[in-house]
Amino acid sequence: MKRAARLVVFYAGLLGLWTLLAELKIWPPYLFPTPWGVGEALYAGFQDHSFLIAIAVSMRRVLIGYAISVVLGMVLGLGVASSKFLEETMGGLLVSLQSLPSICWWPLALLWFGLNQNAILFVVIMGSLLSVTLAMEDGRKQMPKIYGMAGRNLGATGFQLFWHVLLPASLPFIVSGLKQGWAFAWRSLITAEMLYLSLGLGQVLMMGRDLNDMSAVIAVMILIIAIGYVVDGVVFKSMERHLQHKWGLTPST
Amino acid sequence: MSTNTHNFPTPIPIPVDSRLPAPGVRGKSILAAALRPNRGVSSEVPKVALADVCLSYRDQSGQRLLALDHINLQVKPGEFLCIVGPSGCGKSTLLHLIAGLHQQTSGQILVDGKPIQGPGTDRILIFQELGLFPWLTVGQNVEFGMKMKGIGKAEREEKTRYYLRLVHLAQFKNSYTHQLSGGMRQRVALARALATEPDVLLMDEPFAALDAQTRDLLHDELERIWSETGRTIIFVTHNVREAIRLGDRVALLTFCPGRVKREFPVDLPRPRVLEDVHVAHAAREILDELREEINRSLEVEYNLGVKPRVPVGV
Repeated sequence: MKRAARLVVFYAGLLGLWTLLAELKIWPPYLFPTPWGVGEALYAGFQDHSFLIAIAVSMRRVLIGYAISVVLGMVLGLGVASSKFLEETMGGLLVSLQSLPSICWWPLALLWFGLNQNAILFVVIMGSLLSVTLAMEDGRKQMPKIYGMAGRNLGATGFQLFWHVLLPASLPFIVSGLKQGWAFAWRSLITAEMLYLSLGLGQVLMMGRDLNDMSAVIAVMILIIAIGYVVDGVVFKSMERHLQHKWGLTPST
Repeated sequence: MSTNTHNFPTPIPIPVDSRLPAPGVRGKSILAAALRPNRGVSSEVPKVALADVCLSYRDQSGQRLLALDHINLQVKPGEFLCIVGPSGCGKSTLLHLIAGLHQQTSGQILVDGKPIQGPGTDRILIFQELGLFPWLTVGQNVEFGMKMKGIGKAEREEKTRYYLRLVHLAQFKNSYTHQLSGGMRQRVALARALATEPDVLLMDEPFAALDAQTRDLLHDELERIWSETGRTIIFVTHNVREAIRLGDRVALLTFCPGRVKREFPVDLPRPRVLEDVHVAHAAREILDELREEINRSLEVEYNLGVKPRVPVGV
């Protein structure tokens, strides 16, 4: 209750400050919109379905891209973790590649895939693949060795061993990496969509700029934050909680 | 270590209902094969035979060091062999080799006269740390080996139920392992190992971390399950009295490198009691032999703080 009260006070204050600054009219309203202007833009966006379409398109892209990088990243990470050669060679490359913002792949993606969805997907994958790979590699190393041995002892081999033992055993260690991968995928997607106009939230954002409609721009920004927050707070939090409960990492109720 | 064997745990009366009779499913067809004692079947061929098994490894400086030195052991079908030795003598490593989880440097490990090829479900190891899967329920842990073998769901469920009942954990089928006590977890590991229906059960100091009462109870249960299922058991422990309590034979391993120093047959009638004077007497004989090894290991630990290293060829 106390925490809720503090949150209400904080956000009410923030809104108040925003309203005050907007009402003082230091900047023209088309540059600094009021909260209710943004509210109207949100309402209008949902009313004419343009936001819903944008969300659906963006979510579809990010889910496909993220799914591909999770699968690829797990295979790569497992490979790097279990082979000394790969670890020495590719391990360093992966870490250094992580300092490259994924949007830097955009020019290459354009040339390779042309101006289409696949170029966006490529940027999304490049954005999240490395975090997932590094998380998987790390998780595989942190995972107690006994699980792998117990699995082999009980007759699990090859893919069985990976699917029934190594993957579930490393999940608690890679869930934060999966979360980070999701955050990178989402950011890469929005960036790519802003550069290439084909529906999606990024495009709606740029349209707001083109129309000088700052209310719409801020409305879309809020949407982007909200979706990121919901996925993080609902999907990953419940996954973490589920794992902790199963593994007994927190006292279960 | 030796103080442990001098401390007589206060015997507590074991409640009668904790020794439930074996579930009455022995007549069922799929379980009949599982429960037929292996004892006496082709007793000329040892179930497990180790012939000149050596294991050496490279340390950081690249020097080859000897951990196990020409181990020769033969285990008859249905026999309960206990291996004792000071900590660090390679007892656990020996079990890992028999389980096929590691490869010996030289020598042969034979099961039913055939050299082993990596891990196999005919030999199941119960690890010292158990290695139960925390992401699975008790029931799923027990059926894991059967699932890997591709056994159908109905049969898996029936056997899981049977083996959980065998270790008195039927009502915990849907619990997670972290919700169980140490002794219960131990029994889950036993059920999981038995459920794959191995010929040979390899047990690595399974009861070392338990309190005396729970351990006594599990000794009784293990002995009962052993006599009911007729499995061959190789049981590693550092507790000599435990070895006498359970084993048909006790093999004593030396400290660094591990060699078989002596083998002691145990002819005491079963069931034995840990506090029994005959058990204590038999243990005394082994302890006298073991003392030398323990002293050597302690001396090395206190003086050097590290394990002694025996280069290969010395």
